[in-house]
Amino acid sequence: QSPEAARLSAEDISPSSNGPRDDDPDDPDDLFAEATEEVSLDSPERQPILSDGPSPAITPVTISPRVDVFDRSPDLVKHRLSSCDGMNAYMVYKVMTKTSLSIFSRDEVCVKRRFSDFLGLHSKLASKYMHMGYIVPPAPEKSIVGMTKVKVGKEDLSSVEFVEKRRSALERYLLRTVKHPALLKDPDVLQFLESSELPRAVSTQALSGAGILRMVNKAADAVNKMTIKMNESDAWFEEKQQQFENLDVQLRKLHASVESLVYHRKELSVNTASFAKSAAMLGNSEDHTALSRALSQLAEVEEKIDQLHQDQSYADFYLISELLGDYVRLITAVKGVFDQRMKAWAKWQDAQVMLQRKREAEAKLQYASKPDKLQQATDEIREWEGKVQQGERDFEQISKNIRREVGRFEKDRVKDFRVVIMKYLESLVHTQQQLIKYWEAFLPEAKAIA
Amino acid sequence: MMQEGLDDGPDFLSEEDRGPRAVNVDLQTDATLQVDISDALSERDKVKFTVHTKSTLPNFKQNEFSVVRQHEEFIWLHDSFVENEEYAGYIIPPAPPKPDFDASREKLQKLGEGEGSMTKEEFTKMKQELEAEYLAIFKKTVAMHEVFLCRVAAHPVLRKDLNFHVFLEYNQDLSVRGKNKKEKLEDFFKNVVKSADGVLVAGVKDVDDFFEHEKTFLLEYHNRVKDSSAKSDRMIRSHKSAADDINRIASTLYTLGTQDSTDLCKFFLKVSELFEKTRKIEARVAADEDLKLADLLKYYLRESQAAKDLLYRRGRALVDYENANKALDKARAKNKDVLQAETTQQVCCQKFEKISESAKQELIDFKTRRVAAFRKNLVELAELELKHAKGNLQLLQSCLGVLKGDT
Repeated sequence: QSPEAARLSAEDISPSSNGPRDDDPDDPDDLFAEATEEVSLDSPERQPILSDGPSPAITPVTISPRVDVFDRSPDLVKHRLSSCDGMNAYMVYKVMTKTSLSIFSRDEVCVKRRFSDFLGLHSKLASKYMHMGYIVPPAPEKSIVGMTKVKVGKEDLSSVEFVEKRRSALERYLLRTVKHPALLKDPDVLQFLESSELPRAVSTQALSGAGILRMVNKAADAVNKMTIKMNESDAWFEEKQQQFENLDVQLRKLHASVESLVYHRKELSVNTASFAKSAAMLGNSEDHTALSRALSQLAEVEEKIDQLHQDQSYADFYLISELLGDYVRLITAVKGVFDQRMKAWAKWQDAQVMLQRKREAEAKLQYASKPDKLQQATDEIREWEGKVQQGERDFEQISKNIRREVGRFEKDRVKDFRVVIMKYLESLVHTQQQLIKYWEAFLPEAKAIA
Repeated sequence: MMQEGLDDGPDFLSEEDRGPRAVNVDLQTDATLQVDISDALSERDKVKFTVHTKSTLPNFKQNEFSVVRQHEEFIWLHDSFVENEEYAGYIIPPAPPKPDFDASREKLQKLGEGEGSMTKEEFTKMKQELEAEYLAIFKKTVAMHEVFLCRVAAHPVLRKDLNFHVFLEYNQDLSVRGKNKKEKLEDFFKNVVKSADGVLVAGVKDVDDFFEHEKTFLLEYHNRVKDSSAKSDRMIRSHKSAADDINRIASTLYTLGTQDSTDLCKFFLKVSELFEKTRKIEARVAADEDLKLADLLKYYLRESQAAKDLLYRRGRALVDYENANKALDKARAKNKDVLQAETTQQVCCQKFEKISESAKQELIDFKTRRVAAFRKNLVELAELELKHAKGNLQLLQSCLGVLKGDT
């Protein structure tokens, strides 16, 4: 019972979507700046797309990695675990990428990856890019409980749901990662998507998505504990930080409410099914024929409605709840990036302080007639002058990067939320339409009781 | 634009419920005796019902009068019927359940305690809802007490009962003190014995096909209604919880809408407004399901118990009759106390036949009432579900139209 209908498809969150293009003309790094049509994975004809529009023949650009579990049927999940059973077994995911980008060697590639591979990818990207102010999408959370059940071979519905939840999360993670123009060009990303053999990621226990963010946040705490207070000359940063702080609070609250809704809707589904069975029994024991039949019909209606509630709760979850969960983690990454800027500023300030000290030391040595020490001091001054300049450059660069990243992030956020919420509203429409159908069929049955 | 059912006032019971409130029972009221509860007052730990009577019967001093009664007095009246041997052959209308505002009061109290942790708007919203819930429970208890009285007034024999007339007319307190501990214990044992007896009596196969069928039917039906009643309650509770979640979601979306620095702010505000409206509809759906389905099942749970009690009384009378027969045979055999045994046997026979005769009619009426009530409520349930689903659909589609147009 996989929630097919609720799956985020590539075209929804790929920037190269149909419709008005809100690309950033100022960004030379944006590969998608002049994207035209995208290829829908679900379209039967999958020809290479060529630019139809007025722009010159830019290389068509799409990429849509898909993550799949090797085999969806519960009884084969176990078989696709590695040869060792039990706790050493691991789940393998199939990553299929369709692309027309020239940086890839083929336009269709399929590789096998395990969960720790995804974590390994994220840790590499985070360590490479976060300090530059790039918002690196966080990897999905580890879940010891969920995975253990699957490993132990529990083939119940909750294990199946868990695998689907994880598969979907991994897919969203990859889609977000490749949507980032700089990350897409990263050799680690290319290797992840393309190469059949991947060196096993080590110590991912410490490097889960949450682990990375914890590390980043520890750095942030260290920064906050420093006695140097940053003179924020740029109001934009202060404003943005506050906005993200507020957004964080509200999204967490919203996420909690949606999780509660998912739970209650599931509960409603179960209780409706239970009532349906009970109503059927009541109908059986009712000795008035027409009423008995009507009660049986009521039971059937309620049974259909319970399925409706269950489907709706999947939509609640896979569309809204997971989106919110992703964004709560993404905003942690955004906050981390702001903290990296503070760190860069602090480093620059430290260099300035050091330079000052070295200059003072040199001045002192002027009167001490120790020529080799003086030379060393002069050399050190030059060294630290260089560091100060580098510090200033780094700080300006990270500030510039963050401005651009935040712009891109906000654009994506607007799109993501719009698209997903509209899809969700459409799922609600469908539910109501079905309800109307069921009750309209029942009404004459009720009226027929004589 | 569907305005029905979306009003913000605390009174959200639909129009059809404000009319004759005997929703679960199909009764013919006639001019000779009409009873209703014209007013009710909820005080801290009790509810005061104003029982209003209109009657052309000569035994009342006036044609129209009102008295104030509390729940215990209704129970006293019910119990007096049950204990009256003359009424052994009738289905005694089930007593109304005790008014229970505890859950609602607890929620209001919790809300008061948590006032500091939420915004003023949230607090006001939740307070309004809890007050509406309180009002709904209140209206329900009034309806249930009224149905009891109407059933009695509609019954050809019970309506003539003296205690009933006292209940209706005597404008002083009936001084029906609550049962003290000793009496409560006696009740408990009586019920234990009754259920043991009930098993015994139920085991004896009846010669009369009609009653044999009714016995089998009622035993099974009662259990199934009990199960359905409990399950429908649980289902409706989940529905209410989901509606509450949507309420919170709407509030948070509103806050997001006021804070967001991107185009999403308008989007969030519109979706928040939508969810505010849809969750009101969801709450109405749960409330209507409660009224038309859950209450119906609860009522017939009590009525089927009353019908079972009738069968039990008849069963007891049958056992007594058979015992009297055996005693008579013994007396004749020994030729000792024959006259006395004959008299006892006569009495038992008459009692049994009287009960059987009225019981048969009562059980037939019960079926008629039951079928009519289920029909009425199932039709109304379906109509209301349709009305709400269509309302929801219209809101969702219109919002989607607006949102799509904005992009």
